[in-house]
Amino acid sequence: MNPEKKLSEEKVFKDPVHRYIHVRDKLIWDLIGTKEFQRLRRIKQLGTTYLTFHGAEHSRFSHSLGVYEIIRRIIDDVFKGRDEWDEGERLVTLCAALLHDVGHGPFSHSFEKVFHLDHESFTQKIILGETEVNNVLKEEGADFPTKVSEVIAKTYKNKQVISLISSQIDADRMDYLLRDAYYTGVSYGNFDMERILRTMRPREDMVVFKSSGMHAVEDYIMSRYQMYWQVYFHPVTRSAEVILSKILHRAKKLYLNGYEFKYHPTHFESIFNGSVTLEDYIRLDEGVAFYYFQQWLDEEDKILKDLCDRFLNRRLFQYIEFNALLQLDKWSELTNLFKKAGIDPEYYLVPDSSSDLPYDYYRPGEEEERLPIYLLMGNNDIRELSRESFIVEAISGKKRTDHKLYFPLDLINDTSSKKKYKEEIKRILGI
Amino acid sequence: MLESYIYILEFINKAKEISGRKKLQKMIYISKKFNLPFIERFNFHFYGPYSDELTVKVEELCNMGLIEEEKTKKSGATQYVYRLTNKGEDVLTNHLEQLREHIPLINNLQNQTSRFLELVATLLYFESLSMIEAIEKVKSLKSKQNYTDEEFTIAYDFIEKLKKNEVAC
Repeated sequence: MNPEKKLSEEKVFKDPVHRYIHVRDKLIWDLIGTKEFQRLRRIKQLGTTYLTFHGAEHSRFSHSLGVYEIIRRIIDDVFKGRDEWDEGERLVTLCAALLHDVGHGPFSHSFEKVFHLDHESFTQKIILGETEVNNVLKEEGADFPTKVSEVIAKTYKNKQVISLISSQIDADRMDYLLRDAYYTGVSYGNFDMERILRTMRPREDMVVFKSSGMHAVEDYIMSRYQMYWQVYFHPVTRSAEVILSKILHRAKKLYLNGYEFKYHPTHFESIFNGSVTLEDYIRLDEGVAFYYFQQWLDEEDKILKDLCDRFLNRRLFQYIEFNALLQLDKWSELTNLFKKAGIDPEYYLVPDSSSDLPYDYYRPGEEEERLPIYLLMGNNDIRELSRESFIVEAISGKKRTDHKLYFPLDLINDTSSKKKYKEEIKRILGI
Repeated sequence: MLESYIYILEFINKAKEISGRKKLQKMIYISKKFNLPFIERFNFHFYGPYSDELTVKVEELCNMGLIEEEKTKKSGATQYVYRLTNKGEDVLTNHLEQLREHIPLINNLQNQTSRFLELVATLLYFESLSMIEAIEKVKSLKSKQNYTDEEFTIAYDFIEKLKKNEVAC
């Protein structure tokens, strides 16, 4: 591998979360300048959350820089010179941190569910394929792109490197919790990251935390728990997500059924027919998606038009607590009544559960299913966090889950037609 | 969407009970690779292919009272045993059986150790690599497991039989 090439002067990015992001390595500077990385400016970190917390317009670009900066501080300020840290892993770790989300598409979660895409697979393709990112990485050595991709895919030999970027307390989570709390404006996402970083120690196959840092780690766990329920699983955000998914479902269905769009959905075509290439994928960002949602306001298809109007103008679905699996009779009755009332249940009666969300909270990970957080005790013993912390034990014990049912209250309240069925729907929904 | 829960319920029901979270994850991953209709996404974790989504769905089914999770001790370590509750069986009676033809496969996986299933699942995860490359990869990623050459041979033989449907039927 080449010796690390440095810029003649350090570059800095002003950042509201970490104050400054420092770049000294030419490789990192060049990666930031690639078109695939710049594309992340046009993809929001929190998808539809801005419809609930209007400040949440920050991008995956700023998050990716933030993860890079946290890793840089860990390896340059805390790990450097320690026996258990291999300095030869520095650049691959920094690159993996910067690029870990490069394969995300617009409104990733909905797009992935509806079109069976996988952002992790596109991350691999961007790093290994014919891209500007790959060209920059190859300057470091022919096998360097593979190493970076393996760290992100969690198949790299050095597990300590993987755990810095992807574990139950990693740079990715630390940045998004702080950044999402900052931009949403909520006060409960904060924790003392500086303190956590200072207590991190490299060990074989993992990173541990000095027990003196336990209270800072507890704060991080609490932050993760509160952000999960207060921000990520916010029912209004979920409502917007449900509508977005249904827009994509409807547009795809119309396309596959040969519907004549007034404005041909060129950018979506290969996604609709399941033949999306890397080039097509990179071209699609949230600007493009919003452009089509605007265009579809003028479509003849009433469902597509209505769903786009709801999404763009924030006329979201209402919800009740409802578990369809435990109330199969009611679920079946509601589905039939929606059909009779002329409201297509495929698009307007939607169950949503905690498992539909790509976030979670801390799990101690018994039975080796996931590496838990370990504390380094004074006698050099290593203890799992929830065995030492009553707070963590309490919130990681009983798992809370959630099930809701979303529907358009305005259509049900409009009793100018099918009044009998709509009244019956309201009775069952308890509204 | 509801079907995805039903498949998990039916899978556990057909297996009677599944001992261990790791075993449950690997059984479902291998089954998905052999076209059982699971939609949960798996990524590579420290101990092989693993699905967060499956973990949360199992938690949801436990909270609904459809699956029972029994905490036991095995060789000093905690292990969770999963089986359907009566309520879970009642829910299944309202749905058509979907996995009946896969009972031999499910039973076969059930009879393997979680260590062996971890090896099989990991080899399947790296199926795009050549056999030599995949074995090297597993040895490098799972050096502490100390899988023997004989175990690799048995695992590949097992995968071949699954592919030829010899194990499944």
